[in-house]
Amino acid sequence: MTKKKSIFNDQRVIAALVAVALTVVYLIFSKEFRQYSSFLSMLDFSYYDILMAFGVTFPLITGGVDLSIGTGMVCYALIAGQLVRNNGLPVGAAIVLCLLLGLAFGIINGILVGVMGLAPFIATLSTCMITRGVGSALSATPWPTLQQPGGWFHSIFKWQFGTGRSAFKFPFGIVLMLILMFVLEFVLNHTKFGRYTIAIGSNREATALSGINVKFYHVMVYAVCGLLTGFAAVAYAAVTPTVQPGTGAGLEMDGIGGVFVGGVSATGGYGSIIGSFIGTMVIVLLKTGLPYIGLQSNWQQIITGAVLIISVMIDIVKKRRAAATA
Amino acid sequence: MGDVILTMKGIDKSFPGVHALDHVDFEVRSGEVHALMGENGAGKSTLMKVLTGIYKKDSGTITYQGKEVEFHNTREAQDAGIVIVHQELNMVGDLTVAQNIFIGREPTKGIRIDDKKMIEDSKALFKRLKIDIDPRARMKDLTVGKQQMCEIAKAISHDAKVIIFDEPSAALTEKEIEDLFVIIRDLRAQNLGIVYISHRMDEIKVITDRVTVMRDGGYVGTLITKDCTKEDIINMMVGRVIYEEPKTHSMCPPDAPVVLKVEHLNAGRMVQDVSFELHKGEILGFSGLMGAGRTETARAIFGADPKQSGKISVLDKASGQLKEVTINSPEDAVKAGIGYLSEDRRRYGIVVGKSIIENSTLACLEEYTHGIFIDKKKEKQVTEKFIDELATKTPSADQLVMNLSGGNQQKVVIAKWLVKNSDILIFDEPTRGIDVGAKNEIYKLMNKLAAQGKSIIMISSEMTEILRMSDRIVIMCEGKKTGEMDIAEATQESIMDKATRNIS
Repeated sequence: MTKKKSIFNDQRVIAALVAVALTVVYLIFSKEFRQYSSFLSMLDFSYYDILMAFGVTFPLITGGVDLSIGTGMVCYALIAGQLVRNNGLPVGAAIVLCLLLGLAFGIINGILVGVMGLAPFIATLSTCMITRGVGSALSATPWPTLQQPGGWFHSIFKWQFGTGRSAFKFPFGIVLMLILMFVLEFVLNHTKFGRYTIAIGSNREATALSGINVKFYHVMVYAVCGLLTGFAAVAYAAVTPTVQPGTGAGLEMDGIGGVFVGGVSATGGYGSIIGSFIGTMVIVLLKTGLPYIGLQSNWQQIITGAVLIISVMIDIVKKRRAAATA
Repeated sequence: MGDVILTMKGIDKSFPGVHALDHVDFEVRSGEVHALMGENGAGKSTLMKVLTGIYKKDSGTITYQGKEVEFHNTREAQDAGIVIVHQELNMVGDLTVAQNIFIGREPTKGIRIDDKKMIEDSKALFKRLKIDIDPRARMKDLTVGKQQMCEIAKAISHDAKVIIFDEPSAALTEKEIEDLFVIIRDLRAQNLGIVYISHRMDEIKVITDRVTVMRDGGYVGTLITKDCTKEDIINMMVGRVIYEEPKTHSMCPPDAPVVLKVEHLNAGRMVQDVSFELHKGEILGFSGLMGAGRTETARAIFGADPKQSGKISVLDKASGQLKEVTINSPEDAVKAGIGYLSEDRRRYGIVVGKSIIENSTLACLEEYTHGIFIDKKKEKQVTEKFIDELATKTPSADQLVMNLSGGNQQKVVIAKWLVKNSDILIFDEPTRGIDVGAKNEIYKLMNKLAAQGKSIIMISSEMTEILRMSDRIVIMCEGKKTGEMDIAEATQESIMDKATRNIS
């Protein structure tokens, strides 16, 4: 029954090719890009996007969305940063706090969507506004993040060997991301939680009629997304020297966009964490790489938007073709 | 036939305004295939939903394997061994066959789902059913027939004692139906009790041992299949006292011009080579069972669904000649003077959260605008005119449509097309969900419209409605037109005969 399909049918392959092509173009046209430090800095700014993308993949597979990941991430980083600075909270506790805050807001989103039946767009738009408001209510001035001079925090994501100018820096963060990618891919494909996430996105009614507690799993989907957003807050705080209160709106689009480029079905029912990873890398390459070849930020946004449209069109065309041959 | 495994006695169920089940009795023996028959709305599906806990019964008893039981949801019924194979398949298209069969009770190793075991168990199930499906295939890639086989496999994997097939053959090809029957006979030999709901008389004769007939929510009787004829069953199904006088002859003058001519219309599986004519001032009834393709035909004519081929001609008022029209969208159809009143009013017919005025002028707002401004006064005038004419019961034209009763909502939809001055009106189940009093008003209104020269296509699943309203009747079955008759020669039996696959 299973037909041999061209690998180009897999949007992840296309996204990966796009990522490779971009890298090649940058390498050819930009001397600066060829430096190791550029590579390091690009990775630094990719971690929080990747983590947001991992998280939001789950709601997107159910056919929903979480718009609160961007402002949420900034809000948690602000709260934790302020407690560290003002109240002497240990950094380790601050990390746990970020994760817990993310989880809490995730559960709130989950209850609003899965139990109360609000449209995901509305529910998470509301929590997006709330987290942004909480962020700016804390302080009118920018707050330093968790980054502390000489602290160990930053080194979660970047290991440094040696000192001074001869120091070698190893981007350990990318190893963490890859491990997490495989863990979450496993969760999505080989655990009940993952399977019911896909089932809810494909046909919620049928899933419920199969005797599955869809409300519980729907809440879980958003809780997992929230938890990963909390982790994103840690990654964000690790690379951003100061956090501007009230910002964060728009950051979610990098994550959500990455997931779509990676081939999640826009109507739910299909998605892959590996795809989200590759898709986010495409977005990150566009975001951080285009300046190297002299394109300004407005061009980045235009190109990113175009890439997004193409990705979603691929999904639609594929579905139409499938429907035509069925 | 073995012992009685399931007995339903005196089952009563009411919904607001409808007595859906009136003290119905039903029993299933192990090792039999028991047909449950009746017209649309006779209560077959409701009875099965009461059995499997989807609906709660008002009174009556269910005895299963010697004990009185009451299930609160499908899960409980499944666990006890009573499983429905639904007409609309309940499957998750993006998961594989094996994943669908074991959804909700996946075997696990730690936190990992044991896919290997699932696939092996699925293979074993398919082997038992003697069917060849790859458990790793994605459900949505299978044909409807194969999907149904998977549903059956899922049912059996629940260690079912009673399997209910709700119109299983509706979407299957001849070959697939044969395969299905092989499986059903096999299950019968394994001493399962099987309930088979279908409209197809030929199948009933072939596959079932007994037939229970329901009518209007009541129990009519149970027959041994091999001792009865098709006519016996049909008589039991339609034999109600007709409380409304049917039309005895057509009200449409024989020389009335043709206003709509449809030739060789094809649109998917549900509309195959349909041709008919509609005359000025005529009410043309479209009869048939659920899923016969009547709504699909209407939607194809109206441009709501794509068509593969066919010619549609409409009477051109200026020349008085039939002229072919191209209808690719509802917009084209409306321009050609066709209005469609959907069977699903709330979804397609009206905007419930808006006022009567806004709904009435929705289809032709451009006639009520000055530049970019809407002429509220003119809008209100025309709406009030039709409120009077149609006797819509409402405190004012500004009333929100959602506050109106079903019958009055239907009048708003009618008003919408009258405001648009459409000459051809397609009424799809015009009185569904409308109470008896309001029904009569809608009927009067339709007669009045026809007398004024509007031409009406009326799709209806209610036999009495067809016989009371139509001047001529087209009967469809399985996407094909299977008959056409003048009201003078139509009887319930003759229509039912054609609607149950007796292609003339």
